[in-house]
Amino acid sequence: MNRRSPSVLFFATVVAALALYGGRESVQGLPSPPDQAIVHVLNRIGYGPRPGDVDRVRAIGLQRYVDEQLHPDRIPDSTLTARLAPLTTVALSSREIAERYELPTIEARQERKQNAADAAANPSDPPVVDPVQQKANSLVLELGEQKLLRAVYSERQLQEVLVDFWFNHFNVDARKGRDRFMVTEYERDTIRPHVFGSFRELLGATAKSPAMLFYLDNWMSTDPNGPHPEFRPPAMVGGRHGGAMFLPIPQRPLGPGAPGVKNGLNENYGRELMELHTLGVDGGYTQRDVTEIARAFTGWTMPNPRQGNGFTFDPRLHDPGEKIVLGHVIKAGGGESDGGKILDILAQHPSTATFIATKLVRRFVSDTPPPGLVARVAARFRDTHGDLREVTRTILMSPEFLSPETFNAKVKTPLEFLASAVRATGADVQDALPLVRTLQQLGMPLYQCQPPTGYKDTAGAWVNAGALVSRMNFATRLADSKVPGTILTGDGPTNELALRLGGPEFQRR
Amino acid sequence: MISRRVFLKNGAFVFVSLGFAPPFLQRTAIAAGNGRAKQLIAIFQRGAVDGLSVVVPFGEPDYYRARPSIAIPRPASSDREHATIDLDGFFGFNPRLQSLKPLWDARQLAIVHACGSPDSTRSHFDAQDYMETATPGIKNTPDGWLNRYLQTRRIDDVDATPFRAVALTSQMPRMLEGPAPALAVSQLGQFGIRAGQAGDALGASFEAQYAAADSLLHGTSRDAFNAMRMLKTVDPSKYEAEHGADYPRSPFGQALKQVAQLTKANLGLEVAFADIGGWDTHVNQGAAQGQLANRLDDFSRSIAALVTDLGGRMADTVILTMSEFGRAVNENGNRGTDHGHGNAMMVIGGGVRGGRVYGRWPGLAVEQRYERRDLAVTTDFRDVFGEIVVRHLGVGNAGPIFPGYAIRPTRFPGLFG
Repeated sequence: MNRRSPSVLFFATVVAALALYGGRESVQGLPSPPDQAIVHVLNRIGYGPRPGDVDRVRAIGLQRYVDEQLHPDRIPDSTLTARLAPLTTVALSSREIAERYELPTIEARQERKQNAADAAANPSDPPVVDPVQQKANSLVLELGEQKLLRAVYSERQLQEVLVDFWFNHFNVDARKGRDRFMVTEYERDTIRPHVFGSFRELLGATAKSPAMLFYLDNWMSTDPNGPHPEFRPPAMVGGRHGGAMFLPIPQRPLGPGAPGVKNGLNENYGRELMELHTLGVDGGYTQRDVTEIARAFTGWTMPNPRQGNGFTFDPRLHDPGEKIVLGHVIKAGGGESDGGKILDILAQHPSTATFIATKLVRRFVSDTPPPGLVARVAARFRDTHGDLREVTRTILMSPEFLSPETFNAKVKTPLEFLASAVRATGADVQDALPLVRTLQQLGMPLYQCQPPTGYKDTAGAWVNAGALVSRMNFATRLADSKVPGTILTGDGPTNELALRLGGPEFQRR
Repeated sequence: MISRRVFLKNGAFVFVSLGFAPPFLQRTAIAAGNGRAKQLIAIFQRGAVDGLSVVVPFGEPDYYRARPSIAIPRPASSDREHATIDLDGFFGFNPRLQSLKPLWDARQLAIVHACGSPDSTRSHFDAQDYMETATPGIKNTPDGWLNRYLQTRRIDDVDATPFRAVALTSQMPRMLEGPAPALAVSQLGQFGIRAGQAGDALGASFEAQYAAADSLLHGTSRDAFNAMRMLKTVDPSKYEAEHGADYPRSPFGQALKQVAQLTKANLGLEVAFADIGGWDTHVNQGAAQGQLANRLDDFSRSIAALVTDLGGRMADTVILTMSEFGRAVNENGNRGTDHGHGNAMMVIGGGVRGGRVYGRWPGLAVEQRYERRDLAVTTDFRDVFGEIVVRHLGVGNAGPIFPGYAIRPTRFPGLFG
């Protein structure tokens, strides 16, 4: 193997950065308290320090660094832009994705059905790898590559952490039916633009996003007393992963013996909207509120893939009657505005402020959020009508956030571990796909968290025997330059690096 | 470059010596009486399976009225492939549970219907939490009920086998969380430090580092390293199922295959856990075919394979299946079902008085339903757990396992004779 000559200087930098990170076992003496604080901030508002980061932050000052991170539009990020350039699908519109990926999938499925008799005649044939299906799956993998490259290389680290946080808060699972074609747009156009914006706008964007409409089934929730004039019910067949897929035109009957298509209410979105997106499970709502909200959102749907992927309101599916939600009366005949009124009520509800504050403090400060801080953050949420930049700033400027007790108090999730390990080595990621696959092995497949709760953000969820061994193995492979596509540009004591990255200190942030 | 071996020879690391021969034998549950080790395999169907489509109350006219498009046809139906499999003249299996029917006939499979939680939550997350902690309505319970079972038979750390409790999952389930050691390993074959010839030395160095870590990481890593050493005697890639057991290639089938493998390796496995998702059928649930039926096919064939594979060991084994709540009696507007309340559990084992559906059936008429919409709960799930813990695992005082709930044998369903 032709390897580069040892770059002693580089490795000294890496080891020093790691030592600073770990905080205790520095080969160059204990880091001074301000450096510990810098490492802490780099770990919490980003994916950990790269070689040289601590010096850079020290030079501009910690407070100024945090302030910069709160205004990502002021931070140039050209290195990242260049690295993302080869990932062509992440910039595609949903319409383009539908044309290039989804419609061929549907056509291929139709063809398969026509050939089903042939297949049944030769059951012993090995299953053929379906190129169209594979191409569709590649969308989600490429999106995962994008996410990892951003985590590792973006200068806008806080923005990337918040995009991850809010995607997880408004989780959708790319494995559910059509969602694989919609998560690209969902993250880019629904989540990302709002993470420093208004919570109400973020909530509204998710409510109208095809990805959420599909994931929580609202697109097909209709007034059971409908259809109202000119209604033609959408026709569906089961998707491979428990969702439903549109059939292309012409529509087929559902199958022999199936009763006439009659749609009605589906409570899935109404419930999770309160439990997971706004009030929290103890936020003070009843089953009656769930049903009323489901009624209000009837008609919030989307057209089939040949017609694009956007939100539409279909009055023929909407329940026009009066609704009573959390004590508020929503008058009959409100049409599409019913849903918006519900989102207003929920976004302004004090339980929402507390629920969001608790989750954000858990992410940035501690698995057991300090009640005093949660109260202050919730108050800021209410006072600013959910201005997420101000809410985030309140946490990052709090004494609790910078308290030495919180240093290394969190255990990294697999994503945080993997991204921070790559960053710590200063490696050159030429192909992020192997890293995406590693995250699957570590129990955190990107964009594929099945329950709407999203991934957990507490140590207990991620510390177990199998996971630790997998982390040690990844650290060993990374340090030994055995992760394909991730190139370590130095040469040196790979065992020391492996033991650092796979060791206990590095599992914390 | 400096090779790894040279570097290690230079003595940069402390090596710990590893004389390891755990006297863990005899440590597994010895039930009163026969003195043989008892085993419990807990299976969680995450996402709330529709129990009314699994154990179908075909004798109930309201069932068919409530589900015009997704009911499983009565056994009398001419279409046998799609009809309910009659169990006792009133209840029947979904036809995709065909592979479990022989266990019912052999009286090794019991069903507890209309079983569930006294708490009204229809939140997946809360209801799973309540079922796994066995403290309905209380969220801050620190440990799971299976972990509390392990705690009641506390074993000296030195002597404990790390395989006493194993979850074949990538995350530790709430049910096994707590102070008693338990392992979560999704792939036995990948459980080891893989660094070629240097693997052992590197592993030893990792172990030394973790020995000095905080208690959370140290405790977990100690279990991991002990387990890796013991697992070296077993080659997961070479395992072959016995008695013609045919596991599905699904993740669930493979998880249960690994349960059998660990069991037969005599590593002291006492409590095993596996889960299977995909039950949240709000849309196009299907009946004897379709989405739910496909999940049930995987579910039942995997369990049947495990029972076959374990063979005679089933005499000392109980397999328990559960799901956080059932689904609404009426189908919803999308030929699916929304979140409900009461559900069906299965208890399988050689010592089980099977071939019976336990529990009082509350009926499905609107006024008989919970909140006029869901199957009511007539058996608290803690009475099922409690009976297994007391009568199968042989715990004398189950009180500490079920805090806040009085375990009374008079409330047990009567699963064990």
